[in-house]
Amino acid sequence: MFVLDTLLHRLKRGCETMAYPDGPAPALPDRHGGALRLDAARCASGCTACVPVCPTTAITRPAGGAGATALDLGRCLFCSACVDVCPTQAVTKTGDHRMAVRTRGDLVLGGPGREQLRLAAALDEKLRRLLGRSLRLRQVSAGGCNACEADTNVLGTIGWDLGRFGIQFVASPRHADGVLITGPVSRNMELALKKTWEAVPGPKIAIAVGACAIAGGPFVDHPEVHHGADEVIPIDLYIPGCPPHPLTILDGLLRVIDRLGAAK
Amino acid sequence: MSSTTPFTLLANTSCLPLAEVTELPVADLVRRTAGELDRGARLCSWFGTPAPAGAVRLVAVLAFDADNTLAVARSEPFSGAYPSLTVTHAQAHLFEREVREQHGVTPEGHPWLKPVRRSRPEGDAPANGEFFRVDGREVHEVAVGPVHAGIIEPGHFRFQCAGEEVLHLEIALGYQHRGIERALAAGPHRATVAQMETIAGDTTIAHTTAYASILEALAGTEAPLRAQWLRAVALELERLANHTGDMGALANDVAFLPTSAACGKVRGDFLNITALVCGNRFGRALVRPGGVRHDLDADRLAKLGERLEAAMGEVTRATEWLWDAASVRARFENTGTVHATQAAEVGLVGPAARACGLVRDVRYDHPAGWHRFAQAPVAVWPGGDVFARARVRDLEIQRSGQFIREQLGSAPEGGVLDEIAPPAPGSIAVALTEGWRGEVCHVALTDANGRFASYKVTDPSFHNWTGLALALRGTAISDFPLCNKSFNLSYCGHDL
Repeated sequence: MFVLDTLLHRLKRGCETMAYPDGPAPALPDRHGGALRLDAARCASGCTACVPVCPTTAITRPAGGAGATALDLGRCLFCSACVDVCPTQAVTKTGDHRMAVRTRGDLVLGGPGREQLRLAAALDEKLRRLLGRSLRLRQVSAGGCNACEADTNVLGTIGWDLGRFGIQFVASPRHADGVLITGPVSRNMELALKKTWEAVPGPKIAIAVGACAIAGGPFVDHPEVHHGADEVIPIDLYIPGCPPHPLTILDGLLRVIDRLGAAK
Repeated sequence: MSSTTPFTLLANTSCLPLAEVTELPVADLVRRTAGELDRGARLCSWFGTPAPAGAVRLVAVLAFDADNTLAVARSEPFSGAYPSLTVTHAQAHLFEREVREQHGVTPEGHPWLKPVRRSRPEGDAPANGEFFRVDGREVHEVAVGPVHAGIIEPGHFRFQCAGEEVLHLEIALGYQHRGIERALAAGPHRATVAQMETIAGDTTIAHTTAYASILEALAGTEAPLRAQWLRAVALELERLANHTGDMGALANDVAFLPTSAACGKVRGDFLNITALVCGNRFGRALVRPGGVRHDLDADRLAKLGERLEAAMGEVTRATEWLWDAASVRARFENTGTVHATQAAEVGLVGPAARACGLVRDVRYDHPAGWHRFAQAPVAVWPGGDVFARARVRDLEIQRSGQFIREQLGSAPEGGVLDEIAPPAPGSIAVALTEGWRGEVCHVALTDANGRFASYKVTDPSFHNWTGLALALRGTAISDFPLCNKSFNLSYCGHDL
């Protein structure tokens, strides 16, 4: 009996996979705010209101407020405490879910022409040809709190259906084209991460997801952890957030294999 | 019974001057704690705190669930060794190993004194330690982890098997150790609240509420009522998302894909309701000492209610399919059984304990915050198997949904965030919250300047990993994924 009920109900629900990236991207929650923007030119002279409220010293202003403000979105937890206290709207929310970058320095905002993130370019043509229409990733959690893991995992559910892009998370590093790392890389996971990375046949890519994997996150400067995964292995793609919204992670993965099309 | 205890009594989420806390010679503390555990108390936490001249004091935090009260006592400073509590009371076994690792005092007579996390900064893989081994013909050993198949946190599992049957499972964790408790010394610091939110990233609300409650108790105040109300709603949203995810994962592990697919999606819907409240799917940047950072206006409340109804409808249908399927029931029943006596002995908490018929729920036994005014019935099921653990989750999904429905109509008015005073010096504060995995226990001891002298975090997983090991005894090793999913414990919450 239940078989028929189940099938009937399933039919009624229809296809629940989102149209993105062919259709519009689902809206971020309105209180999320997306990527931050820093117009350092707007900073009032001597103002350092944002500096002490940042839990991870992602935002800095040297010389007691005389120097140029800088915001490192790699360290940022997106709590928006800086946005709340800024008296001149120098730090603002853009509502943009796109945040993945190719180099660590591209995550640092501030200075003329550096108000916003420089989004990641696709992998070079040769590597993309080698990968073909698939990207197989081995995920390694190395001190992750299970939030980045959960919002990476969610991409496999029916709403997101990562499989339609040829992207799959695999059990063995031998079957993988690269690794996706979460967590600051705890000292106790360092060896396991290195071994997993070495077990992936080249050419291969490494992706750091979340503030921890990029810069140590809330645990920055703890001797028990690294300052992110690129202290241990070379990283090709950084996806910031705490955790990044699934849409931000998906954007990063599609961006790097050049499958975004018009949604770029 | 608690009226005759030598322990100092206190209510959940309250604070006492340290001078009022019973102080006993360490052997007496062990003996008295054993006496209280024999009379039905539960060990919430057991930890060391530094004393002058390199000595250590032990602190015991007990819960008298039937009397709705907590109790604390501490030892006089000592160093070297003390008689182990584990010899008579297994629920202390991991706590005593942890105390030895952190403070170098030895519980004499402890049967298995391994490190808990190998927390030395230079690092050493936990799987490299010594393991209990079964010898004999046909006996073989299976080692799994730290990197598992799938997207999951790291841990090492060592099985002793005779053929398919698991004789013994030993779980070696510590891979996720990030030094949270060590960093809290002399805190709170700037990053502390962000660390509390990521102790176990899927339990953000429960841990951050416990932390905020500690600071509020130490400040001699409490959060505005509306903030307490919103914390209670957010706590149930967290429970709904995780329990729904677990129902889907359990279905997936017995290859029942309709429920797996639907629950995977609905879990996201619940996370998105939390994001409606605060912008983040995991409740980050919501709870703060002194209250919460976001309020809900009438429109947002209405939207929350609508989305909740839709998600509740879907999860209810999806779990009905599961319970209707005889093939699912056959896989769940009598798989991974933990008996009620074992559960009590090792001190299980949360759904794992309630699935053994133990009535244990902080929201009911030790109500604090909004739970003083509003409660959900405790969900209990006998049996102790995968079926019971799934049943309890399903019941809790319904009761959490009903709780939020009721609360949405009875929000108190007022502000949501107050400035709070700095922590009182020379004090101890204890806060328990019922996270979705069970009892989250935070204990803070402040020094003469009102900074943390010690801050102890006990995630429910710290109690419950032993339960998973017991559940595997006599079970086929191929049932490990299903048993593991039925507990779904936190690695980072244990490793801190």
